[in-house]
Amino acid sequence: MNVHSPTLATAEATTPHTWLEHAHEWVVTVDHKRLGIMYVVSALVFFVIAGLEASLMRLQLAWPGLHIVPPETFNRLFTMHGTSMVFLVGIPIVFGFGNYLVPLMIGARDLAFPRLNAFGFWIFLFAGLLLHFSFLGGEGLYGSGSAPAVGWFAYAPLTSRAFTPGNATDYWNLSVFLAGVGTIGTAINIVATTLTMRATGMTLGRMPIFVWTMLTVSAMTLFILPPLSAAQIMLLLDRFLGAHFFDTQAGGSAVMWQHFFWFFGHPEVYVLMVPGFGFVSEIVPVFSRKVIFGYATLVAATVAIGGVALSTWAHHMFSVGMGSTLNTFFALSTMLIAVPTGMKIFNWLATMYGGRIRFRTPMLFCCAFLFQFLCAGLTGIMLSVAPFDWQLTDSYFVVAHFHFVLIGGLFFATFGAIYYWFPKVTGRMLSERLGRWHCWLFVVGFNLTFLTMHVQGLLGMPRRIYTYPADRGWEVWNLVTTLGVPLQIVATLILVVNIVVSLRRGKPAGDDPWDAWTLEWATTSPPPSYNFEAIPVVASRRPLWDLKHPDDPDGPHE
Amino acid sequence: MMGAGADATHESGVSHEWRGRAGMIGLIVAEGSLFAVFVVAHLFYIGKSLNGPYPRDVLQIPVVGTICLLASSATVALGARALARGDVRRSGLWLLVTAVLGAIFLAGTAREWYHLIYRDGVTIGTNLFGTTFYPLVGLHASHVIVGLVMLGLCCVFAATGVLRAVHAERVEMVSWYWHFVDGVWVVVLTVVYLIGR
Amino acid sequence: MTPTPSIFDPVSTPAFAIRELSFLVFGITGVIFVVVAGLAVYTLVRFRGRRRAGDERREPPQIYGSTQIEIAWTVVPLLVVVVLFLVTARYIYGLERREVPAGALEVTIVGNQWWWEIRYPGLGIVTANELHVPVSDPSRPTPTFLTLQSADVVHSFWVPQLAGKMDVIPNKTNRMWIDPQTPGTYVGQCAEYCGTQHAWMLLLVVVHPRDEFDRWVAAQHAPAREDPAVRAGYQLFLSLACINCHTVRGTPANGVFGPDLTHLMSRRTIAAGAASNTREALRAWVDDPASIKPGALMPAMKLSSDELNRLTAYLLTLR
Repeated sequence: MNVHSPTLATAEATTPHTWLEHAHEWVVTVDHKRLGIMYVVSALVFFVIAGLEASLMRLQLAWPGLHIVPPETFNRLFTMHGTSMVFLVGIPIVFGFGNYLVPLMIGARDLAFPRLNAFGFWIFLFAGLLLHFSFLGGEGLYGSGSAPAVGWFAYAPLTSRAFTPGNATDYWNLSVFLAGVGTIGTAINIVATTLTMRATGMTLGRMPIFVWTMLTVSAMTLFILPPLSAAQIMLLLDRFLGAHFFDTQAGGSAVMWQHFFWFFGHPEVYVLMVPGFGFVSEIVPVFSRKVIFGYATLVAATVAIGGVALSTWAHHMFSVGMGSTLNTFFALSTMLIAVPTGMKIFNWLATMYGGRIRFRTPMLFCCAFLFQFLCAGLTGIMLSVAPFDWQLTDSYFVVAHFHFVLIGGLFFATFGAIYYWFPKVTGRMLSERLGRWHCWLFVVGFNLTFLTMHVQGLLGMPRRIYTYPADRGWEVWNLVTTLGVPLQIVATLILVVNIVVSLRRGKPAGDDPWDAWTLEWATTSPPPSYNFEAIPVVASRRPLWDLKHPDDPDGPHE
Repeated sequence: MMGAGADATHESGVSHEWRGRAGMIGLIVAEGSLFAVFVVAHLFYIGKSLNGPYPRDVLQIPVVGTICLLASSATVALGARALARGDVRRSGLWLLVTAVLGAIFLAGTAREWYHLIYRDGVTIGTNLFGTTFYPLVGLHASHVIVGLVMLGLCCVFAATGVLRAVHAERVEMVSWYWHFVDGVWVVVLTVVYLIGR
Repeated sequence: MTPTPSIFDPVSTPAFAIRELSFLVFGITGVIFVVVAGLAVYTLVRFRGRRRAGDERREPPQIYGSTQIEIAWTVVPLLVVVVLFLVTARYIYGLERREVPAGALEVTIVGNQWWWEIRYPGLGIVTANELHVPVSDPSRPTPTFLTLQSADVVHSFWVPQLAGKMDVIPNKTNRMWIDPQTPGTYVGQCAEYCGTQHAWMLLLVVVHPRDEFDRWVAAQHAPAREDPAVRAGYQLFLSLACINCHTVRGTPANGVFGPDLTHLMSRRTIAAGAASNTREALRAWVDDPASIKPGALMPAMKLSSDELNRLTAYLLTLR
């Protein structure tokens, strides 16, 4: 099933490269595939760093009254952990995969604006390095320097000069701002690409679900990221030019920062999660050997989530004292968004139902995802019940909830995506055996930590405390929570080893190792720089299914 | 059915110029979102300054600047259309007029700020009015400056003969940006000088 | 021994109401979990691919969708949401109390970095970190209304057994109410990150039977005790910067940046719960607050050992 000539005897393969020339190629590249790889690799590096920060925190909290780290350092750790995970891990992973896959999946040769794409990556990398440089600023590493200690959502007026002297907050402000600029550029790119560069015959209704998720979150980004940038400009003006945007002494409003931040912050977590849904929507059908059930409703649900997400933000502010009317409104909007989110689980289950499920590593992670995300969604529903949230917000229950969403949801889906697309990107398969170890160790460790964590919240333990009194009854739960950490560390190490070893010695993958149906599998692994010899013409949502089953193409059924 | 289909530029029936248009629309949405937050902050803080000077004491509607800026929307449209017709010279002239009108607007803003700071004593730190006025109007002015730079480049390219009809779509995108900047001004005018005074 | 501040161990109406609501929520989500997880397990087991010769090439029947099923699984969750929402709205409005009944106690709480100022405007009492309230009889409720303000950054007042949390925000005044129905001691703490020592901004709520509460009020109302035995310490106290931040009623000390010390020894802890209120802890605190609560805004007083002993002896008399 070759729609292209298999030999890649092109000029690029024959010129010898020194490592310096090789590095130079990568630094100046505007190729979406290379930029995508760089995004994902950078994100994984920041993931390890942020994971170590969390491990230190969990060590400190394993038992009351420990002195593993001093209070100021602990506060810097949770700030850096949260900020890194959202802006330097989650976003680049999502947009990195989007970068790599979207042009391939729609039969294009690159994104609409390749140079803007490169700019977006390098400004993100700079922002990440700037944020981490803060550890060295100020007094330097001992005492953890000038790393910010205001929490990843940096509430005013704690961030004002009066309450946070020094430049730590400015590191947070500027690096997140710069990362945001890069993300907005990439979002513009993806919207323009998906709307104008699809292969002939690929109507919007024939795009892979993953591409729909990238289009949706990119469109969302255009609406929600600038408000954060605006709030950060205001904070900058407050801190450096004496403005009073959030200066409560001058009549300013602390709550206004919260509104602006969460107007960004809540849709942001959907921007992080929805492409995860996209991964699952691509992997589950292939490993169930069945077409995705209910493509149209899945797409409608995705777009609906994108829209409704813009109306839910103040469920982060139920305890601020907004008044019953607003509390009720945001409870309603938050409950409503559970409907399109939850029904996706049914779409996936219906896809698997009646299928012939192959439990390879990508599918294993998607199965784990299903259960973890179900829990995440249900605790989310609990939190949407405003009076219940008055007890649960700002406690470890919320911390457990969002780690279930972001690790149990996004990261399990991403791990699945890594195992699924690694062969396409590198031409080699990842080890199945190591993959299983990675999966099971991570599932056990993750649940040990985060399932348990719900209990501390229900027992009254608030977030962001560097230690706690011994007579609260929280010790045992904290200890169990900490015990899950080494398992997750080992599992992550296994993934890293798997990647490193398989790059050299993985089984050659071929074009289409999983017998899949979307366009990226119609070219070589790895694809040539121009993606396709000839841009295909498509007649359905599964162009490769049509090729493999000429007697029963998809078109008439759709 | 798959096979060698239409290549490179014209997939799925969407013409090439829509690539740039989609990009510019995306930029406009993002920038609009940015401005919206500063507008909201300004609206929220109306009447909440703890001390004066207050807007009604010091603000005057910038009539001349507004007329110039709104007129410049018409001239930039004329400039883009002229280039599409192939009339590079006329296009360059209209773009130059646009830039001049924009510069007059900026000069007016500069004069207004000079008076506010030195005569009326309103700075960004004076009160909530100052805090929200300068960033909002300043953000808009900075966007005007960026627009002037782009227009200036187009004029230079027109004068040196480099600008040709084939670039009409790109100049059209510059004009879309300029229209956006004008649209934002209408909002700023309403919020700051009409509602907020 | 204070009990674990579990949200499932309420003693006051708002907390009771929330627990009641939580049972419904757990019920609904529990059913959803069992049904969906059950479906998932069934599907994964029933439809796992089996290795049979010739099976590999044959794909199972491709089902593209089903309008009826998709409508059903949209409508049913929507109905669940409607029910849940209506119940939620009822509780939101039900817990919002606007009128203050006769006999209710008014307390103003001011959040500071990192301690709680507690004022009883109607009773002329100012104390810190420990909130004393009278027990409320459900048949004739005597709730306590709290007015929440902040002196600096955003804090959050949370005593899980009494009510949901309410944020304490500068330039904004929030209101909440509690009506604890069982005497005892209940713990809580600040629930909004507010800086270095957010972890040690604890709350202690002591619920007294009515007569006991009246006695406490009377004792708090009295000006500071004067004990000639600690005259030296008292003079030292007046001569140092202590009086710039602390108030001791009946003396010239009337600073407002730090906690009111008039009846310091009537409290069980110091430094908002970071240490017990003992002679050793008090001495160590005055010597160098950072040794107990690094980052605390009280400066080290840099006194000699002798001066410390005298000062501590004086503070110990402030019962």
